[in-house]
Amino acid sequence: MSTTTTPESRSRGKAPAGERVADWADGRLGIYSLAKANMRKIFPDHPSFMLGEICLYSFLIIILTGVYLTLFFHPSMNEVEYHGSYVPMQGQLMSEAYKSTLDISFDVRGGLLIRQIHHWAALVFLAGMFIHMMRVFFTGAFRKPREINWLFGFLLFVLGMFTGFTGYSLPDDLLSGTGIRFMEGAILSVPIVGTYISFFLFGGEFPGDDFVARFFSIHVLLLPGIMLGLVVAHLILVFYHKHTQFAGPGKTNKNVVGMPLLPVYMAKAGGFFFLVFGVLAAVAAIATINPIWAIGPYRPDMVSTGAQPDWYMGFSEGLIRVMPGWEINFWGHTLVLGVFIPLLIFPLVLVAIAVYPFIESWVTGDKREHHILDRPRNVPTRTAFGVAWITLYFVLLVGGGNDLWATHFHLSINAITWFVRIAFFVAPVLAFIVTKRICLGLQRRDKDKVLHGRESGIIKRLPHGEFIEVHEPLSQEQLHTLTAHEQYQPAEIGPAVDENGVRRKVSATEKLRAKLSKGYYGDDGQIPKPTVEEYKEITSGHGHH
Amino acid sequence: MKKLSARRRHPLAALVVLLLALACTGGLYAVFAPADKAQADESAQTLTIEEGKKLYTVGCASCHGTGGQGTSDGPSVVGVGAAAVDFQVSTGRMPAATSQGAQVPRKKAIYNQAEIDQLAAYIASLGAGPAVPTEAQYGPEGADIAKGGELFRNNCAQCHNFTGKGGALTHGKYAPSLDGVAPKHIYEAMLTGPQNMPSFPDTTLSEQNKKDIIAYLNAVNGEETESPGGLTLGGLGPVSEGLFAWVFGLGALIAAAVWVAARTAKAKKS
Repeated sequence: MSTTTTPESRSRGKAPAGERVADWADGRLGIYSLAKANMRKIFPDHPSFMLGEICLYSFLIIILTGVYLTLFFHPSMNEVEYHGSYVPMQGQLMSEAYKSTLDISFDVRGGLLIRQIHHWAALVFLAGMFIHMMRVFFTGAFRKPREINWLFGFLLFVLGMFTGFTGYSLPDDLLSGTGIRFMEGAILSVPIVGTYISFFLFGGEFPGDDFVARFFSIHVLLLPGIMLGLVVAHLILVFYHKHTQFAGPGKTNKNVVGMPLLPVYMAKAGGFFFLVFGVLAAVAAIATINPIWAIGPYRPDMVSTGAQPDWYMGFSEGLIRVMPGWEINFWGHTLVLGVFIPLLIFPLVLVAIAVYPFIESWVTGDKREHHILDRPRNVPTRTAFGVAWITLYFVLLVGGGNDLWATHFHLSINAITWFVRIAFFVAPVLAFIVTKRICLGLQRRDKDKVLHGRESGIIKRLPHGEFIEVHEPLSQEQLHTLTAHEQYQPAEIGPAVDENGVRRKVSATEKLRAKLSKGYYGDDGQIPKPTVEEYKEITSGHGHH
Repeated sequence: MKKLSARRRHPLAALVVLLLALACTGGLYAVFAPADKAQADESAQTLTIEEGKKLYTVGCASCHGTGGQGTSDGPSVVGVGAAAVDFQVSTGRMPAATSQGAQVPRKKAIYNQAEIDQLAAYIASLGAGPAVPTEAQYGPEGADIAKGGELFRNNCAQCHNFTGKGGALTHGKYAPSLDGVAPKHIYEAMLTGPQNMPSFPDTTLSEQNKKDIIAYLNAVNGEETESPGGLTLGGLGPVSEGLFAWVFGLGALIAAAVWVAARTAKAKKS
């Protein structure tokens, strides 16, 4: 818009250019009310609230770099002979997909860097989603009204896994081809329909000529399209629900204490985008990822050791690697339990964490809205469950990399496999117990701090010779923060007889619920927080610690 | 003859006879001398074998038996050939420690090349086996790197990884990394199949095939190999990449998040 030719009749002179642009846009888009409602929207400040931003920005970076890669990638399995600039592949037969990936890496300007940013960003995106999800989990941010958004986030994580997997498969290199073969084997293990699904997916016998083109459509169109929609929905819900905050003075379930979106968070979030882009570009410039030129083109008769998927699929690799190779033969049919059981456990591992919010809400009977976050120690059962889940996930990751654990720590791969088999069942239980104990210990410590103050490290000698340590009382703010959490009573089964004195039927689920509720809020589930009376009694008696 | 006879008392006659006699002896010597030299060579060979036997008796016989027939502690070495001895002793695998783990590891060689040659000669004398390859066999001239890559992926990568970084086998055994292994030793390993490795005699992988594989390894895992993408992270694939992404990628981003969150607009204190 030109400013010099605009006629200006008002005597006060021209309005600033920005104002006129805004006015122009408002007349056509009605952005004034939108901006007015949202520009001053408040967000609370905490480092852990920026984990979701890491995911959002790396997702954007993946889309940007991915668009560049599609300009040069040929999703075709036609066989061609290589005559590009990478010498150790000269004259080799390979698919066009692999050749074009070599070309992107060696002959397209900036191609290798963009490819590496794309792939590193994908790994970081998934890792970011993982810890973002864990942050939400451990602080109880999934509670009402945010259960749907928790599920959106979970879906994004799962779709991200499969988008990553299909993208990793596109170059048609020996490593990813082995991964696809793995997937094909898992599909084939499904009774009755397995072979049909496999033939449908690959357009015939593996590997066929179709899967790269099909995975390409799934990778660049279908899954990212759904993910983009979910990201938008996720953000809309974050806006709509408003952000959660940690307990503190002045912070209630009905307000949000923090800084406004404009200008503070615009500057912070905008700047953080460039920081994320910068870090990912630096990582991509420093370290190789997926050097497909060294890996070679896929041929079904070849395989390499150390064939693992990217980390987010590693737990499925672990499930397969540690599962005993059981199979059942009957009437000329084989049921490959060694593959089929891991295939069944794979979704269960993920679903276990996804449905937890609903289970917790059912057990505790808590249907209220929560906008104040929990400190993980104050909900020991939930925290212990989360740590147990992470432990299971990590144990499976160890199983997925059992060969590298063996070679790098000079161990027997068989011993590692047996360790994982046992730890799969035992480690989560141990982690649960240990975490719960630690949480209760921390609660006791909080209680102690509230009642007796902070240990100052100053030793005082009393006139009669006794030595005491001076405890410094906490400030009003600290006292509030440490005691702000609510403590619930376990749900009771209710009277055994109804109002007419007839024995009431107590269903098994009700009993189970009461038992679980006791686990959450019973004597073993939480340390009663200090009451005002306790505090007064102790603080009134000077010198009595 | 008369002429000759008439001149037999010629003053120079003695000289002529002397010359003839010398020529005759010289000629005879010239005829027999090569045979003598061959004998000398043979005795040198015998000497080498003798020396090798001495070394063997001191350093190897306790496990492999006094005549190389093997004992409960070590296999027979009859017919393994000079190539096997050169590989095992030059890479320091032999002599092995008495209590090995699952597998005899590569370590510093304790014999020098002359001693290794003597040992090899002795073992070769016990029974026919593959000889130590020459530079012409394992050198880079005339090798097809790309073909070698294909052969490597087909025959070697399933244990040694895509670029020879090694991998795990069962019960603590492993396929060692091929980093910094001399071309000669790679050739010998293919030829003789040490420890858990299958052997690839010339009927399985021709001399040219072996040359190609060595040239490929040199191209992708040699001292002058370039890594166009930056640090290789051990060349181990997605496990080390995932670790790097978590520790350095996400780690740096979390550090950045903490830094950004710590810097916030403060209300002015008037």
